Amino acid sequence: MNKACNSISANISYGTQQKKYRLRNLKEHIAEGLLLLCAFLAVISLLIIATYIFYSGVPIFGKVGFKEIVFGMVWKPLEGSFGIFPMIAASLLATLGSVAFGATVGLMTAVFLAELSPLWLSKIVRPAIELLAGIPSVVYGFFGLIVIVPLIDKYCGGGGNSLLAAIMILGIMILPTIVSISETSLRAVPVEYKEGSLALGASQLQTIFKVTIPAAKSGIAAGIILGMGRAIGETMAVILVIGNTPQLPGSLLDRARTLTSNIAIEMSYAQGLHQEALFATGVVLFVFIMILNIVLTTIFRKAGEEK
Amino acid sequence: MNNTQIKISTKNLNLYYGDNHAVKNINIRIEEKKVTALIGPSGCGKSTFLKTLNRMNDLIPYVRITGDVYFEDLDVYKDYDIVELRKRIGMVFQKPNPFPMSIYDNVAYGPRTHGIKAKEILDEIVKSSLEKAALWEEVKDRLKQNALGLSGGQQQRLCIARVLAVEPEVILMDEPTSALDPLATLKIEDLVHELRNNYTIIIVTHNMQQAARISDQTAFFLHGEVVEYGPTKKIFRVPEDKRTEDYITGRFG
Amino acid sequence: MKKRKIKETIQKAVIWLCAFITVAALAWIVIYIIANGLAHLNPDFIFSEYKGGKNGILPMILSTVYVVLLSVIIAAPIGVGAALYLVEYAKPGKLLYLVRFATETLAGIPSIIYGLFGFIFFVTILKFSFSLLSGALTLSIMVLPTVIRTTEEALKCVPVSYREGSLALGATKFQTIRGVVLPSAIPGVLTAVILSIGRIVGETAAVYLTAGMVTRFPGSMMDSGRTLSVHLYVLAKEGISFEEAFATAAILIITVALINLATNKAAGRLKRSFTSQDN
Ligand SMILES: Nc1ncnc2c1ncn2[C@@H]1O[C@H](COP(=O)(O)OP(=O)(O)OP(=O)(O)O)[C@@H](O)[C@H]1O
Ligand SMILES: [Mg+2]
Repeated sequence: MNKACNSISANISYGTQQKKYRLRNLKEHIAEGLLLLCAFLAVISLLIIATYIFYSGVPIFGKVGFKEIVFGMVWKPLEGSFGIFPMIAASLLATLGSVAFGATVGLMTAVFLAELSPLWLSKIVRPAIELLAGIPSVVYGFFGLIVIVPLIDKYCGGGGNSLLAAIMILGIMILPTIVSISETSLRAVPVEYKEGSLALGASQLQTIFKVTIPAAKSGIAAGIILGMGRAIGETMAVILVIGNTPQLPGSLLDRARTLTSNIAIEMSYAQGLHQEALFATGVVLFVFIMILNIVLTTIFRKAGEEK
Repeated sequence: MNNTQIKISTKNLNLYYGDNHAVKNINIRIEEKKVTALIGPSGCGKSTFLKTLNRMNDLIPYVRITGDVYFEDLDVYKDYDIVELRKRIGMVFQKPNPFPMSIYDNVAYGPRTHGIKAKEILDEIVKSSLEKAALWEEVKDRLKQNALGLSGGQQQRLCIARVLAVEPEVILMDEPTSALDPLATLKIEDLVHELRNNYTIIIVTHNMQQAARISDQTAFFLHGEVVEYGPTKKIFRVPEDKRTEDYITGRFG
Repeated sequence: MKKRKIKETIQKAVIWLCAFITVAALAWIVIYIIANGLAHLNPDFIFSEYKGGKNGILPMILSTVYVVLLSVIIAAPIGVGAALYLVEYAKPGKLLYLVRFATETLAGIPSIIYGLFGFIFFVTILKFSFSLLSGALTLSIMVLPTVIRTTEEALKCVPVSYREGSLALGATKFQTIRGVVLPSAIPGVLTAVILSIGRIVGETAAVYLTAGMVTRFPGSMMDSGRTLSVHLYVLAKEGISFEEAFATAAILIITVALINLATNKAAGRLKRSFTSQDN
């Protein structure tokens, strides 16, 4: 090889070339660095949010006492009692109630769309449900205020502003989420499973309930948990229909106040310890959501492993 | 061999995909301004070898390479800036892969990337590249149209024009006609014939006749090794190795 | 055998009934609100200020537009940048996992928590006070996961052959991203932006605690302003005017419908731009 000779000629412009490459590589690194920063901003945001919420909400647990807040029954912030147990209970009841409704009706609707519905019908229903997923929650709340609350008052009495009204509104509100996610996972079940079942002489419905739904269960569960997250986190729609009295609801027709509405209603004028108590309410809500999220990621990871 | 320059050569070149030893101990010298055909049965490492020359294998994280590749006697993996290298060694892929933009922008993409901004210069480059790729007449009235609207054969010639616009010295072609019909194939072959006057071309092909028609040198690959390498005429008329003969006459592969 | 038939019939009826309930409930809401809202939806309502007897919603529309624009201007580049890093650069490992975890968690946080955070951080600590800027900053964090995820999906759809083609011409990695990858994913980025707009328009809790609820025309981004959703909330909560509330709700629903239409268009275009290649 006449390497030596060739390298000399190559060396003539070598210096300036090298400089050019170095500048270009520098640019590449800067670009990559900027993109990395963007990706990291998500992490930083989460850290800052969690830090500030906890920083502002945790100290009061020390000052007033964990038990007095989380299990306290009386919320009279101006008189120094910060019990949020009624709100925790109302949030959980409203969420569970709406999810019980939304999950049943939603799953059956998804089954309908994925398995039973004639094509033309699902072509109308699916976009309609997509549309409804995007409607602002405050619109649902307004509808509840103007239609559901009077209806409850008329047939059950008690004024209508109630836990029941909140459950109904939240139940309807989370339907689109549950339907679309469940339908997607029902459709993802391999045809072979269904064929296998049908070939054994099982009917269409037996196949759906014994094979298809169990096979899609992790997706369905994910949809339900997402709906649950929406229900527990919903604020404005709930404020409009639940009555907002900070008391432990004795029946479905009682007024109540959720964790979220507690924050939204009082934040604008709260001062000092009162404000801290509202942040503490946020901390409790945050913890609930984190638990839900961990459950959700576990489900997704399981679903991933199964495939 | 005395009058010809060696453009690319390899020394004990090996490539592993993880544990899969795909290219084995290759020593080859590719001559300048000649067409070199790489033939061999499917999976024998032709594409892999081709991509070691312009370092496209660098995109795959689990690839390991030993030995050397020299381009004009400088080590491809040590002495070159990777971008400069790829500028000088262009590549045409098996499936035409025009970018989803206009015909003009496709050809101008390379020059623009390398810093040419002036409209007149770009116009000139686009025109001459498309002419060299024998596509100008067919597309000159619709340069602004999306390249994805072209036929498969036109798309492949566009990809060749796109490579020519960067003014490479070597063009690697990986089965450039395997996705095309016979007529489009013929056009590409004519084109390769034209280009050999100014470029060093290395072309992978499954088509024996094609190799025989358009190449000056042929290398026969088997299981990652070069079994035989020499003038195409010789390889096709009097192959030295039994396996080469079997492959060329269609007895296996 | 007969028993089973009866059981199946009942099961089927229940499924149909549930589907009917879903559709009926949702149709009821939309139709009821649009029907009641249309009556009040006149130019005078839409194009006048909210003062002097005229309870127009033009200031709210403008505030909404400002908040949407500001949030998108902040969130879109960051979100797209993050998605590019995750798809084009990140190697599988801890970092990728960390960012995934963060975006997923951010996506799950209720909007009232965002409101609480925005209130303490942007409004109080950074002293942006109740302003469109505080609102937009809060909302842009809220929609960041949507932008990142949707853009990521779009980037994953860009064929490897485009990247190879560009790299083989001697383009650098970033030149390839800027020249080929990102332009090919534009419809996906558009989808991400439209989805985010939908969420921003519909958001109430987070805006109400950060952007405030002043009904004047916002003069700058440091002014407080009331978005349409917040306006609907106030009208309904204070029982000011159900007529206006219906009309505002109708506008919100129509906006969402348009946004959905736009999303489907953009998504369709993304699909097409990659399928027309194999002809
Ligand atoms: N990206 C990759 N990862 C792992 N192994 C690979 C990869 N690409 C190719 N291989 C393996 O390397 C070997 C050589 O493949 P290569 O594609 O180079 O063959 P080829 O001669 O080009 O075949 P063909 O004529 O079918 O294109 C094969 O065993 C193949 O399975
Ligand atoms: Mg190959």
